[in-house]
Amino acid sequence: MRFRRVIGQSLMAALLCAAVPLACAQDGAATKEEKDATIQEIERYREMIADGNPAELYELRGEEMWKTPRGPKKATLQGCDLGLGPGVVKGAYAKLPRFFADTGKVQDLESRLVSCMVNLQGMNEAEVIARPFGQDAYKSDLEALVAYVVGQSKGVTIAPPLEHAKEKEAYALGKRMFLYRAGPYDFSCATCHSENGRRIRLQDLPNLTTHIGASRAYATWPAYRVSQGEFRSMQWRMNDCFRQQRFPEPGYGSEVVTALISYLAQMASGSPYEGPGIKR
Amino acid sequence: MGDPMKIRASMQGDVAEIRVLVNHAMETGQRKDSAGNLVPAHFIKHLTATVGDKLVVDAQIGTAISRNPVFAFKVKGAKAGDKVVINWQDNKGDSRTDEAVIA
Amino acid sequence: MNPLRRLLLKGAGASGAVLAAIAAGALRPGQVLAASWNTGAFEAKKVGDAMSGLGIANPVDSADIVMKAPDIAENGAVVPIEVTSNVPNTQKLSIFIDNNPNPLCASFDLAGGAMPSVSVRVKMQQTSNVRAVAHAGGKFYVAAKEVKVTIGGCGG
Repeated sequence: MRFRRVIGQSLMAALLCAAVPLACAQDGAATKEEKDATIQEIERYREMIADGNPAELYELRGEEMWKTPRGPKKATLQGCDLGLGPGVVKGAYAKLPRFFADTGKVQDLESRLVSCMVNLQGMNEAEVIARPFGQDAYKSDLEALVAYVVGQSKGVTIAPPLEHAKEKEAYALGKRMFLYRAGPYDFSCATCHSENGRRIRLQDLPNLTTHIGASRAYATWPAYRVSQGEFRSMQWRMNDCFRQQRFPEPGYGSEVVTALISYLAQMASGSPYEGPGIKR
Repeated sequence: MGDPMKIRASMQGDVAEIRVLVNHAMETGQRKDSAGNLVPAHFIKHLTATVGDKLVVDAQIGTAISRNPVFAFKVKGAKAGDKVVINWQDNKGDSRTDEAVIA
Repeated sequence: MNPLRRLLLKGAGASGAVLAAIAAGALRPGQVLAASWNTGAFEAKKVGDAMSGLGIANPVDSADIVMKAPDIAENGAVVPIEVTSNVPNTQKLSIFIDNNPNPLCASFDLAGGAMPSVSVRVKMQQTSNVRAVAHAGGKFYVAAKEVKVTIGGCGG
């Protein structure tokens, strides 16, 4: 009974907190003991759903798509160079974003996939990126390909290169973006993600300015989102943060999103990649 | 024809553990899509599992089972190498059969 | 009901599916245990009616049914439930959620060495009791557990 009451109070506190406009708040009234009980139960829930991640279904579909001749050139993606050489998928995601000489740009996985679909398969770029995210009955090809590729880096150490001048530039731009305050609430990524112990309702927010916090987030995205019943890519995740900051939605594969991902990847560098994850 | 399932089957001691990930929308008929239109009910009604040609599980399913559902079963008397076959049928008459071998 | 009758009742689309399943070896004539989908039980709005619809009468509370479910589900769209029955001769397990619009979630007929242990993921509209019933030799045993459902946050 005592336990139930404790949970009830914590939930109440969490809901009240959510009503405050500044959505990510430091914990208020709930005592540490109360919080711990709730957090432990949520942790148990997360463990229970982790075994049996529907992301595997997207990996399966993505792998099939990778190996199937598609587009006007009827080519597979097996010649796609994700940075470790044409056709090498194993471990490639853990070394992204990186500079690619053929496009002259730093690219994350998603913008690189688009390049391969355009250059190898002859697809039209505008069409490829017209609907990059699945919704309702619509299934996104890009999200399936992302699932396949990131699944092939499970257990591989995150280590994107930071040598080329453009890689350093992307990292610096990403850091600036992370700290950049704007929008009607004068929010930046850092507003919610630069201190320990912050949360939105029951979700604790990782401190992305620390290696450990960035690793926790970066190593478990992309992920299957159970609330949406969809596998979500890293660009989707970045867009969702921008949405919460009331920023305009960035273009798919845009330089600034790639830069932000570069910053996060560098912060997480050295930790093992554990995705694709599963999230509430 | 539905999308492929992912079946994992392995011996844990003398028990075969079977886990199935199913690609299915499992629409309740009460949800609205992003445009605000009611999405018609679309859900699996029957799911069967056979191991080595023996029917082991015959399930009736309702709309409360989650989207992209996950099922797990345990079977005695099976052995590594036995074939596991999973079949589902939904309310629109669609169906799908996939198989795996117990590891 | 035998598969032939199910096939006849379902019309062409579904019978094609059943035939395909038979051809693929998933179903064999004479193998199907359960009746066709129990519309009455699945469409019932009260847990008592759903149970009656499945033929469950006078279920007895039993500690021999072990239900593993979270005390708090972070999202009601996916709530993992694992039910194991230690009641001898359990032939069937069924799962109910009292406060869902239709409480019956699923029922599992077990045969051919299947142990009375199933895991599923269910949707829960709100905090509710979850009930698992073991059907054993014409008798019924039930266990219940409350699962609190929170709405998700906006980040993640």
